[in-house]
Amino acid sequence: MPKDFINLLADLKEDEVIKLTKQRLEAGDEALAILEDSRKAMEVVGDRFAGGQYFIPELVYSGDLLKQITELVKPHLVQSGETKHLGKVVIGTVAGDIHDIGLNIVDFMLDVNGFKVVNLGVDVPVEKFVEKMKETSAPVLGLSGFLTLAFDAMKDTVEALAAAGIRDKMKIMIGGGQMDNEVMKYAKADAYGKDAMEAVSLAKKWIGGS
Amino acid sequence: MEKTRDALSWQEKREERFKRWLSPDVKFKTPQAEKLYKERLTRFIKAIKLEEPDRVPVQIPGGSFPAHYSGTTLRTLMYDYGALKKAWLKFVYDFDMDLYDSAGLIFSGRVYELLDYKLYQWPGHGLPSDVSMHQFVEDEYMKADEYDAFIKDPFYFSLRYFTPRTWGTLAPFSNLAPFTYPLGLPFQLLSLCTNPDLQPVFQAMREASQELAKWQAVVGECDQIAKEAGCPSAAGGIALAPFDTFADMFRGTRGIAMDMYRQPEKLLEALEIVTPQSVESAVAEADFTQCPMVFMPLHKGADNFMSSQQYEKFYWPTFRKLLMGIISEGCVPIMVADGSYNDRLEIIKDLPRASVVWIFEQTDMAKAKKVLGGTACIGGNVTAAQLYTNTPQAIKKYCRWLIEVCGEGGGYLLTLGSSVDRCNPENLQAVIEAAKEYGVYN
Repeated sequence: MPKDFINLLADLKEDEVIKLTKQRLEAGDEALAILEDSRKAMEVVGDRFAGGQYFIPELVYSGDLLKQITELVKPHLVQSGETKHLGKVVIGTVAGDIHDIGLNIVDFMLDVNGFKVVNLGVDVPVEKFVEKMKETSAPVLGLSGFLTLAFDAMKDTVEALAAAGIRDKMKIMIGGGQMDNEVMKYAKADAYGKDAMEAVSLAKKWIGGS
Repeated sequence: MEKTRDALSWQEKREERFKRWLSPDVKFKTPQAEKLYKERLTRFIKAIKLEEPDRVPVQIPGGSFPAHYSGTTLRTLMYDYGALKKAWLKFVYDFDMDLYDSAGLIFSGRVYELLDYKLYQWPGHGLPSDVSMHQFVEDEYMKADEYDAFIKDPFYFSLRYFTPRTWGTLAPFSNLAPFTYPLGLPFQLLSLCTNPDLQPVFQAMREASQELAKWQAVVGECDQIAKEAGCPSAAGGIALAPFDTFADMFRGTRGIAMDMYRQPEKLLEALEIVTPQSVESAVAEADFTQCPMVFMPLHKGADNFMSSQQYEKFYWPTFRKLLMGIISEGCVPIMVADGSYNDRLEIIKDLPRASVVWIFEQTDMAKAKKVLGGTACIGGNVTAAQLYTNTPQAIKKYCRWLIEVCGEGGGYLLTLGSSVDRCNPENLQAVIEAAKEYGVYN
């Protein structure tokens, strides 16, 4: 049954996977086991995205399915303390830019891949990034931006982290709309990722994890 | 005997439009200005027709760059039309290119405010005052269960649902009774207007339209002055690909993704309905402006948004119909494809030869030339990131490479992949210099 479940979710069969979730709960399956299967299915979704079979619509749709499943499973969850995660990643769209679609997709993919994500939202002032990086000691920071005005905002953010003396305590990745390797160099970030799965790969490379 | 307009082929209709475009209704400042105007436009028209002009035409999209260039802010230009005129003309006079945008690309912040417009945030309104661009606010302005309302009557849908959600002042229209008055009695239709909630709407519309007229007068003046000085305007009509109308404007990224899975048939039906309407509005604008170009920014059909199968199912069929509708009226669609379009090239080449212009942002230009070269005029690909971070020498070198790869045989326009809000002005001059130095055809 778990294998069917994983396949149905990874294949985005909405009606079937929701029906099966309900059946599993009725049959007394553990809520955590269902969530673990969902995570495995999301890994398949991520692999298919990286492999060029899945695109944005599939990421969005799978996210919605996962949300529905989580809602169904939630009442059955026994409090089990803090869930283990691979590590913390702070993300946000830089000052002056209010785009959040890519940011939220990166949030979602990092989350389902086992990272603890601190999402600061859009139009995040430089000081807020500095403050949060100090507070969380996260080893990875993801800067998102859609527009050309984000080029300087990214540069300013990286410089402020350097001025605060914490730049070398973290790796910084950038992504979104008009970003590329040239902007990465301009902003003195550590890497550019062209999509959400590259953000996951970078975070894994820097933090560790399979 | 002269053929009636309906009997003309699209090429013949287009020639008529080109002729009007080449002889605008202005008094040129000098004979030299008139000569310059015709030379520049002829260069571009030849590129559209896949012929070899005297040299590669070059264009720098204006965007909000004129604000930065004249040492002021976008906010100032959005609120002070005198400053807009000054900054715009400085940009026009200082950059010697073959085609010019309209000052109308910098919209009136006052009109947005009077409408309580919600589709954008702009400097000083939801964004810091000194930011250099306005930004689109994506949301589900059409709900998932409203396709039937749209399909039944797009005009009523717009009046009753979309516009009240995107213009705060028009919110009372969301309670509007049906618009039909089958008995023909004036009381029926007029009684809608006696609703006290609607009185402030009429007042706001009046103020906003008066403000719009002030802004339009300045924009018109800028365009007129530019033309008189020999600068052809590329501002004709504007249209969105039907899929983008829904994906950008009505349903947003999340909504459209869900619709592609949950109600694909409804989505496809709605795309068919919006297509002829978009043709009609684009052609009407081209008629009005006397410029045959129909500008189309393309967003959610890019390589990394959807698969090729999805593109062929959801994006291309109605997009192609829209293009064919515009072409058949003698207008010229000019697309700016955001992101990369590498996987789409084989699909989009299925259009009449020399009927459209494709401007690419991050597409592989060598591949684009190879696939589309014999079919359509192409251009673009100098990216905002390059202009922002590189030296003029590097930009010029890159443009030389582009000309060498894409220029052969004509059908090429040297331009940017997107507009740029700020960069070293020398970098934009380097693009223009490259066209003049390396783009000459023998």
